[in-house]
Amino acid sequence: MQQALLDYTLYLADSALILGQRNSAWCGHGPVLEQDIAITNITLDVIGQARSLYQYAAQLKGGETTEDTLAYLRNERDYKNCLLVEQPNGDWGQTILRQFFFSCFQRELYTQLTKEKDATLAAIATKSLKEVNYHCRWSSEWVLRLGDGTPESHTRLVTALENLWPYTGELFKAADYEIALGLDPAPLHKNWFSTVQSTLEEATLSLAPLTSCYMQLGGKTGVHSEELGYILTDLQYMQRTYPGCDW
Amino acid sequence: MGTHNLEELFQQKIDKEVKIEPKDWMPEAYRKTNLRQISQHAHSEIVGMLPEGNWISRAPSLKRKAILIAKVQDEAGHGLYLYAAAETLGQSREQMINDLHSGKAKYSSIFNYPTLTWADMGAIGWLVDGAAIMNQVMLTRTSYGPYARAMVRICKEESFHQRQGFETLLVLSKGSKEQRAMCQDAINRWWWPALMMFGPRDSESTNSDMSMKWKIKRKTNDELRQQFVDMIAEQVKLLGMTLPDPALRWNEARKHYDFGEINWDEFWQVVKGNGPCNKQRLDARRKAWEEGAWVREAAQAHANKQRTRTKAA
Amino acid sequence: MLHFIKKLYYGDIPDASSGAAPSSNQQQPVTDWPLWEVFIRSKQGLDHKHVGSLHATDAQMAIENARDVYTRRQEGVSIWVVESKYITASNPAEAGELYEPAADKVYRHPTFYDLPDEVKHM
Repeated sequence: MQQALLDYTLYLADSALILGQRNSAWCGHGPVLEQDIAITNITLDVIGQARSLYQYAAQLKGGETTEDTLAYLRNERDYKNCLLVEQPNGDWGQTILRQFFFSCFQRELYTQLTKEKDATLAAIATKSLKEVNYHCRWSSEWVLRLGDGTPESHTRLVTALENLWPYTGELFKAADYEIALGLDPAPLHKNWFSTVQSTLEEATLSLAPLTSCYMQLGGKTGVHSEELGYILTDLQYMQRTYPGCDW
Repeated sequence: MGTHNLEELFQQKIDKEVKIEPKDWMPEAYRKTNLRQISQHAHSEIVGMLPEGNWISRAPSLKRKAILIAKVQDEAGHGLYLYAAAETLGQSREQMINDLHSGKAKYSSIFNYPTLTWADMGAIGWLVDGAAIMNQVMLTRTSYGPYARAMVRICKEESFHQRQGFETLLVLSKGSKEQRAMCQDAINRWWWPALMMFGPRDSESTNSDMSMKWKIKRKTNDELRQQFVDMIAEQVKLLGMTLPDPALRWNEARKHYDFGEINWDEFWQVVKGNGPCNKQRLDARRKAWEEGAWVREAAQAHANKQRTRTKAA
Repeated sequence: MLHFIKKLYYGDIPDASSGAAPSSNQQQPVTDWPLWEVFIRSKQGLDHKHVGSLHATDAQMAIENARDVYTRRQEGVSIWVVESKYITASNPAEAGELYEPAADKVYRHPTFYDLPDEVKHM
């Protein structure tokens, strides 16, 4: 049970951190100054969530474990983040859509967790939910702007949709630790799908071509895409090169 | 009223410490000097995001990562405040950005140096932001209202930047042998470029005289530089590190530190575009702007559609 | 066509009497998003105060950009935005006739009236 709780907490933490690591690459490279700042606020929010979750996981694990040993000294196969968040930034459209899918999922998930009997997870979820609500709003507005903007932006968003959709199924497929904790995410799909569908429709995008899309699985149990190795190489460079130092 | 009278009245206002506001009459040269200086300052903030941004993905702890991201983001904010201040002088942000990308507009040369190790994040905060703050504190009292107000806001936010830089180095200075070496190496590489940030010597600075008369600047390049050297020469002792200048010593008669000669040839070469990263920095800015074009257009197109729909409804 | 309103042009003061540049430097069409002025209430009970400006495509985005740009350190609890072109400013050249006539109305200020110290609460 304790192991399942630890794995589950790491799954939440890893997903938030990897998304933050991806998004942070926009800092200084955004399409317009105001939005460079906006996406970086989201980056800081999700990294903050990751830190709270890692700190809790470190407490569960005990011993010398810290947020940093968890983030910096675990290997590819130990990382439990969903595949969606490790997908490349691509263009602004792909980054936006990835954020939109994930934030809408986080909203459902954290809403569920606020009622969870584990008080720490419930508290983290409650605090994070305010941030996530804003991320949903911000990203859905961008989905509308790009989907229903210019022909070019529409085409780009269609491409992003094709690229990312196969990674959305995993969010609702329970991993062992979710089953053990009685936290099956499958029931969250209904609300998530209806939000996503209605936003995409308003953005003049259709999900019809994707109804029979084959869904990729594996991230939540440590079987990742080739992307993750490179992400961790960057992320963990300092701690791996200079072991045992304070920074 | 003739221009002559207007200029006299203008100077009287300046002398009485009355701020100049966007709609007030001002000599064309005053407008141009401010526009040049504020837009340069804005460009420096934006280009300045790149060398530090280079280490965001590799920050050695989650805490340091969050701090670094927040700091680089602050620089975007500062650039934004400054562009807005410059826009009150009649130039659009896009025009200023185009001037940056074409190479017409300058930005602080310091950002054309590479960030090679993590210790550079500390050295930039301590030395580069430290030097910038001297200038910026002075500019909170500059005569042009929108510029002064932007600087007040920036100085408030900036106060954590230098502290976190010094603290980053302090941790390294107490760390392993490798960390200490990394710390000293970063100080060695950033010291002279930081001194160059104050600009040419007063005797060679073409813009200084009028800028002082109009109270755009209130201290000369050399005054600020000396103030900086005096401050850093003391602080470096707390790190147990040294500054790479054999001529650095306290001068009891002057009550200031003497210091060695800056390599002015290097300074002008970097200004001219021959620094180690001039090309990479501008390329990165151009790339972000060009790849963002479709995004900016789409957002505008969407807003226009929405307006039309609202009107039709 | 996108129409960019320069901040300098808010209000109705002719360029000739202001610090405006001759508009000859505006050859290429500018595609910046419109400019907005931002006003923030720092806490309940205080007025909204002008804090700066930013670019946004519409009011909604302007509010959100203001939130992201100007309240990163909890500087606000409420935001107003208005597109810069809708602000009309008084003409600084008329400052004399507009504001100086108030200067000699000293009797409008409480300190004008000499009262004995015994009068309390006034």
